[in-house]
Amino acid sequence: MNEKLLEVLESNCNLPIEQIALLSNMTVEEAAEQIEKMKTEKIILGNKSIINWEKTDKEFVTALIELKVTPQRGEGFDRIAERIYQFPEVKSLYLMAGAFDLTVIIEGKTMKEVALFVANRLAPMDCVISTSTHFVLKKYKYEGIIFADEEADTRQVITL
Amino acid sequence: MSTFVPESFINKKVYSMKPSGIRKFFDIVNKMEDAISLGVGEPDFVTPWHIRDEAIYSLEKGRTYYTSNAGLPKLREEICNYVKKFNLFYSPNEVLVTVGGSEAIDLAMRTVLEPGDEVIIPEPSFVCYKPCAALAGAVPVTLETSADNDFKITAEELLGKITSKTKMLILTYPNNPTGAIMTKEDLIPIAKIAKEHNILVLSDEIYAELTYGGKHCSIASLPDMKDRTIVVNGFSKAFAMTGWRLGFVLANDKITSAMTKVHQYAIMSAPTVSQYAAIEALKNGEDSIKTMVSEYDNRRKIITDGFNKMNLTCFSPMGAFYIFPSIKSTGMSSDEFCETLLKKEKVALVPGTAFGSCGEGYVRVSYAYSVEQINTAMDRIKHFLDTI
Repeated sequence: MNEKLLEVLESNCNLPIEQIALLSNMTVEEAAEQIEKMKTEKIILGNKSIINWEKTDKEFVTALIELKVTPQRGEGFDRIAERIYQFPEVKSLYLMAGAFDLTVIIEGKTMKEVALFVANRLAPMDCVISTSTHFVLKKYKYEGIIFADEEADTRQVITL
Repeated sequence: MSTFVPESFINKKVYSMKPSGIRKFFDIVNKMEDAISLGVGEPDFVTPWHIRDEAIYSLEKGRTYYTSNAGLPKLREEICNYVKKFNLFYSPNEVLVTVGGSEAIDLAMRTVLEPGDEVIIPEPSFVCYKPCAALAGAVPVTLETSADNDFKITAEELLGKITSKTKMLILTYPNNPTGAIMTKEDLIPIAKIAKEHNILVLSDEIYAELTYGGKHCSIASLPDMKDRTIVVNGFSKAFAMTGWRLGFVLANDKITSAMTKVHQYAIMSAPTVSQYAAIEALKNGEDSIKTMVSEYDNRRKIITDGFNKMNLTCFSPMGAFYIFPSIKSTGMSSDEFCETLLKKEKVALVPGTAFGSCGEGYVRVSYAYSVEQINTAMDRIKHFLDTI
């Protein structure tokens, strides 16, 4: 595993492989080989664009659901998590320390759809003790990227 | 009644001073849509939020008064702690807080120089040294550096410029526009000459934080050089605080006291809000510096590699955020290259001659831009080279 290469990929995955290799102090061949290897090992899981959907016409809602659950003998929380993350509606799932056990991020077309998913899919599970649903109204920052429009470069065009 | 001729009232030294050579490029690029500039000599980063937040807090607390002439005692104390990382050991009475490094340079020259004194100024370099020396009545003496020596000053070249009138040597490393640095080994013979010939060194170290591969070495950290050196540094480049206008001087207390006299009559004190922000920068800004330096380093690698592949050979810069590629292979002059490139491909660079006549045959390219902008500009430059 090459940490420098991973850092470069995490912030600059769209650069040509020549520049990714250059920034990682590797040859192009070495970088390409390492990337393939780390894909096989599931260290690199994929590349995604971060989209500000609010600027489009697409209508959907995102909800954060706090779940309290009963861990299962011999398998802890992993078996429950597996049953939950299989649903395509579940975009993210985290095991938490604190007042509740799992954070489930869900996307749906409408609030009703999300509410029904919680009511029909999550709440009835044997191990689920309680649910608490919070709807996202606006995203300000995601994965380190601020959603507000950047100010134009107001530096003078040439300075010494 | 005699006719009023404004020019006749203007100081002859000021009247004869040449305006900056980049003005015409500035005017063209300003009116041009879709132009990409790699001509800016300041960071593209916004001042880190924790520093801006501290400034806002200081305003909320109503800290809107003058500070002491030399700067807030707490800031001078923090500056003393901060510069220890460069093996510089000063006490607060040897520190003067100024309005940017530029004021510090002007102050130093006006405080030290007398009419007829000679000041050795290496070129290519930032543009203020010659005019400031001339305004102080001194005689600027150009020391031309070259790519053959990685744009460093050599002992031999320096000795060739020293006369009985030499009073000051300007050092400006890491260098704008070349990106050159001087290592400890490079500085030792220069320090020896300064001591032997009783010369004061004005060391402009504004880019000290922006080095790649090794820590900056100040000539003031060499044996017996502290009292013989006026160190100029500041917050503009290290902490992306250009608009805050805050710099500082480190020197023997007799020199800082004398400089403070000039400073108090000309300026009174540096902006108070900036000084409070600067305390926060020095106390908690180390991580911000690391992040910015790492990003500059990435861009430096990409841009150096890109220009070398275009056969605009490029000395490998080890500091600041500029490369200084040679455009001699095109057969064009620096001015011609920049003007034609701007007109044909809408990319603005700065001709090397803006930094001294020995910059002919070179252009300054800033990488204080995103990788995306740099790549777009390099594509256009490549297209330009393919079509000339």
